[in-house]
Amino acid sequence: MSKNIIVLGETRDGQLRNVTFEAIAAGKTMAQGGEVIGVVIGDSVQSLAQELIYYGADRVLIVEDEKLAHYTSDGYAQALQAVIDQEQPEGIVMGHTALGKDLSPKIAAKLDAGLVSDATAVEEENGDIHFTRPVYSGKAFEKVAIQEGLLLATVRPNNIEPLQKDESRSGEVFSVSASISDLRTIIQDVVRKSAEGVDLSEAKVIIAGGRGVKSAEGFQPLKELADVLGGAVGASRGACDADYCDYSLQIGQTGKVVTPDLYIACGISGAIQHLAGMSNSKVIVAINKDPEADIFNVADYGIVGDLFDVVPMLTEEFKKVKAGTV
Amino acid sequence: MNIYVLLKRTFDTEEKISVSGGRIQEDGAEFIINPYDEYAVEEAIQLRDAHGGEVTVVTVGSDESEKQLRTALAMGADQAVLINSEEDLDEGDQHTTAKILTAFLKNKEVDFILAGNVAIDGGSGQVGPRVAEGLGIPYVTTITDIEINGTDVAITRDVEGDSEKISTTLPLLVTCQQGLNEPRYPSLPGIMKAKKKPLEELELDDLDLEEDDVAPKTKTIDIFMPPAKSAGRVLEGDLSDQVKELASLLRSEAKVI
Repeated sequence: MSKNIIVLGETRDGQLRNVTFEAIAAGKTMAQGGEVIGVVIGDSVQSLAQELIYYGADRVLIVEDEKLAHYTSDGYAQALQAVIDQEQPEGIVMGHTALGKDLSPKIAAKLDAGLVSDATAVEEENGDIHFTRPVYSGKAFEKVAIQEGLLLATVRPNNIEPLQKDESRSGEVFSVSASISDLRTIIQDVVRKSAEGVDLSEAKVIIAGGRGVKSAEGFQPLKELADVLGGAVGASRGACDADYCDYSLQIGQTGKVVTPDLYIACGISGAIQHLAGMSNSKVIVAINKDPEADIFNVADYGIVGDLFDVVPMLTEEFKKVKAGTV
Repeated sequence: MNIYVLLKRTFDTEEKISVSGGRIQEDGAEFIINPYDEYAVEEAIQLRDAHGGEVTVVTVGSDESEKQLRTALAMGADQAVLINSEEDLDEGDQHTTAKILTAFLKNKEVDFILAGNVAIDGGSGQVGPRVAEGLGIPYVTTITDIEINGTDVAITRDVEGDSEKISTTLPLLVTCQQGLNEPRYPSLPGIMKAKKKPLEELELDDLDLEEDDVAPKTKTIDIFMPPAKSAGRVLEGDLSDQVKELASLLRSEAKVI
């Protein structure tokens, strides 16, 4: 049975995030031939609508208000409610990002609906929609269905293949008016720490350091390698507990769960709690002095050696590769 | 200040997971307080010590959850409530847990509720915000710092590595992120005292809830292990050759560069 599915777009630095296009692809599967309706909420976001259509949305609704310039759960919930009231959708999808994690349970509780969080795959089986999602931070997976009513889901970045961008696609763009009032949480300031702008959960390449980096300065060679590869830097709990870096970089069962295309573990022993956060990465490289380190058991490629030797050499090698001189 | 902490009993992070008959095997596993909920317990104790009041830890679970509640009491919480749903419910989901907690909290004088930002088992992070919505109070997730002044609250929250400074007011629910504090270990006198602290046990009946009110909205069809990752290749030879080989493998074989 075809369904109309709302996909909530999300922006970062004024651009739509990749996970939005992945959510559209998930929405297409959930719609089973029905309409996929893109929604963009913000202060001035009209110009982003077209791109949602290029990536597969059938039409796009825009909710604009100066009070929506920054995400707040109250503001976005009111804006989304206005769209829901108008469209009466059968499902809603958004990214499992900081925003999606914060907003989706509020919407689910408001609508008294079930919610599948952090889906890594969506498929149709005999007319039913089944979601796959990690449990125990990816130590196991479960397949889940929503028993009745709204299909509400968040999708994990980097897991669902977006549709090919097609600039010949067209669709209508409408504004929806919503009265945004009584915001109970007020954002006073945002301090950007991730200056390079590559977020761990969406990074295609992650260079992670463990206790083996030995100090905060020890992360420098990792940062240089990450810069060359356009990746992000992460860390194990050991490195965070030792104060070599901020907890926001932690990857593991406590911390972030990541699935980049390439994960390079430098001086990380491979405790179970860390493996839970990264072992579903597509390709894993381990660099460790200890040939017995557990990390080698999950690595596709391993180099036994001192990361302070190996990582700078890799940086130089990839510089050559990028310059096309190899 | 009446402070409530929502707490969950989970597998220890160092446990390996195995699946049999479509269920996670729990035999012999170590259980702990969900690590993010430990931050919540610690912060609740610190706020009570600074502002006065009482800390109540609440869990939805079975008899076995008593151990984790006693640990929270040993850390310094004042009282605990175990909502035992084992006999009434075969299955539940986040909707179920949130409905039960909301029913419990809605008749209480609540100033402040803390929860973990996510449980390391189910990993959905839904229950905190669902409860706040159910109670009609605001919430702030993934907090790393909090200051309370009367009913004014100033919070720093982690947003994918960036920090948001937020102002809001009580009553409020927050979910705790790593970096908020260093949870204390229970002291020996704390453990002795915890044995005598009040631990109330409730069932759904006591909350005027029928099974239908809390029936899960989602259904788990299957649980399975990810394909086992086999150890790959450890490169050999001169270090500079290994580095060249790795770069070339990542480009031509793995095709990730």
